[in-house]
Amino acid sequence: MNARVMSMIESKFMTKLLSLSKPEKINWDGFFKKTVNKVGVPLMAIGIFLAIWGAVASQIQTSLGQVPGPTKVWEQTVALYEEHKVERTKEAAFYERQEKRNVAKLAANPEATIKVRAYTGKATFFDQILTSIITVMTGFIIASLIAIPVGIICGLSPTVYNALNPLIQTFKPVSPLAWLPIVTIIVSAVYITDDPMFSKSFVNSAITVTLCSLWPTIINTTVGVSSMDKDLLNVSRVLRLSWFTHITKIVLPSSVPMMFAGLRVSFGIGWMVLIAAEMLAQNPGLGKFVWDEFQNGSSDSLARIMVAVVTIGLIGYVLDQFMLMLQRSVSWDKSAVLR
Amino acid sequence: MSKKHLEISQVSIEFPTPSGPFKALDGVNLSIKEGEFVSLIGHSGCGKSTVLNIVAGLYKATTGGVILDGKEVNEPGPDRAVVFQNHSLLPWLTAYENIELAVKQVFKGKKSKEEMKEWIEHNLNLVHMDHAMHKRPSEISGGMKQRVGIARALAMEPKVLLMDEPFGALDALTRAHMQDSLIEIQQRLNNTVIMITHDVDEAVLLSDRIVMMTNGPAATIGEILEVDLPKPRNRVTLANDSQYNEYRAAVLKFLYERQRNPEEKVA
Ligand SMILES: Nc1ncnc2c1ncn2[C@@H]1O[C@H](COP(=O)(O)OP(=O)(O)OP(=O)(O)O)[C@@H](O)[C@H]1O
Ligand SMILES: [Mg+2]
Repeated sequence: MNARVMSMIESKFMTKLLSLSKPEKINWDGFFKKTVNKVGVPLMAIGIFLAIWGAVASQIQTSLGQVPGPTKVWEQTVALYEEHKVERTKEAAFYERQEKRNVAKLAANPEATIKVRAYTGKATFFDQILTSIITVMTGFIIASLIAIPVGIICGLSPTVYNALNPLIQTFKPVSPLAWLPIVTIIVSAVYITDDPMFSKSFVNSAITVTLCSLWPTIINTTVGVSSMDKDLLNVSRVLRLSWFTHITKIVLPSSVPMMFAGLRVSFGIGWMVLIAAEMLAQNPGLGKFVWDEFQNGSSDSLARIMVAVVTIGLIGYVLDQFMLMLQRSVSWDKSAVLR
Repeated sequence: MSKKHLEISQVSIEFPTPSGPFKALDGVNLSIKEGEFVSLIGHSGCGKSTVLNIVAGLYKATTGGVILDGKEVNEPGPDRAVVFQNHSLLPWLTAYENIELAVKQVFKGKKSKEEMKEWIEHNLNLVHMDHAMHKRPSEISGGMKQRVGIARALAMEPKVLLMDEPFGALDALTRAHMQDSLIEIQQRLNNTVIMITHDVDEAVLLSDRIVMMTNGPAATIGEILEVDLPKPRNRVTLANDSQYNEYRAAVLKFLYERQRNPEEKVA
């Protein structure tokens, strides 16, 4: 009896479900599945990860106390944000005081020379994030401006490719830690101005990023250009396209997908390299933050470094998604699945 | 009509291969009149594309050469437009833009912007592709792509239209439709055409002359068949025409009796 009622309810429910999943209506069933797949599953994975992290962390004792779990790291994130806010209020107060003083000075004596000083408080975590992003962008853009033309020329001319390939393959695997001392010494010898627009530590870090992120773009652009469809080359020859039109209308578009794949790899490498470079060059970015906390060695340090680690990862992820968006927008092959 | 237009004389070509030079063509001679429609037929790998590429200027003959209107061909150019075997449209440009690239190149300084636009649209109309002119190659069917490829070649107003199996990749119905369009267009514009085909019916239906090639290596012209059927031709009425069927039989006989498929010989 009970079972019969159950099955009746079930079949009613089923017919309702079926009627809902008719094509002209919103497919709730599919929508639900999709949401679960796209949001639910990743959330669950993150939850499991946090749980394991918490469990393992509580088992390990270090010289700086227990390894922080997710809760401790979250607390430090909040703390870093509070410090940032405090610093900003201080800064605002400083400028207000300076402004008041100057106004008063001018009121007393209109001829007085007034001084405007920049606030020199300590860089907060968020300032450091910004510095890191600016540095990596600078290095990456310089690298791309060099790598794309070089890659195109290598792809077009087998002679140039044969000439440069050994050099590219030799320099490609060199670690940023090996470049940095050379860069530092050369920069301090060459980059001498009384009023530097950029600090040396910034220049050193950016150049190191450039040196390490050149290679994937060069190699991928070369491959993209040289593996161009031969028939399209023939089209260009039959039309007698000028060199410039040939490059802009045929070579560049056809190598754009490979080029962007290379740019993305380059960018990822650049971001990784930057953290190491900043640690050693003392560029006031995330790398320096990690290094300073490591030297500091307080009971919060480990948790703060972990905040930095997660931040570095998230920023890398966001920047890569941004590159992916760019790649999608310039890619003519809309059917290609880009990940 | 009868003056010397396109002259292929004593063309031989050797390709360098790891196992020494490979002689693909040996002593190809062919003279084509203006407005003539010539088909090249022969077994796969005999060297049809190679002949076409030499006329296009994409390959250089080892000995002999091609003369078009009294000038030797030694580089590719828009006066010998090519319809490639696999359409070869630029995938990042729409149908319209693909043709525009060619038209801009050929009529730079000769047509105004307005005239160019009209000319591009006229050519798309010719192949009945005006409805999809702002679509990219990936958004249109194989037959449509091939039609755009033909429109691009026609828009260049070439002296010679070179087509490498233009309908090879199409289904029978689309192919028939495209053949009819080609008959109609050629009738109207009177282009000189060299077309490669594998299809005997297609060759007889479209050509003034069918050039049959021997098997490679060192392939050459085996036989030339004059197709003396009144134009315009209609595939349905021709189906029962005894003359038409004789031409078909002659080509088939050449291909399957005198020049057996090289792969069959091995087997
Ligand atoms: N660039 C090349 N290098 C070496 N050998 C080549 C080259 N191009 C063509 N060949 C050879 O020349 C011969 C003729 O080739 P071709 O492409 O002209 O044949 P085809 O008649 O067009 O064949 P299909 O009908 O299959 O297209 C073949 O044996 C081929 O291997
Ligand atoms: Mg061929």
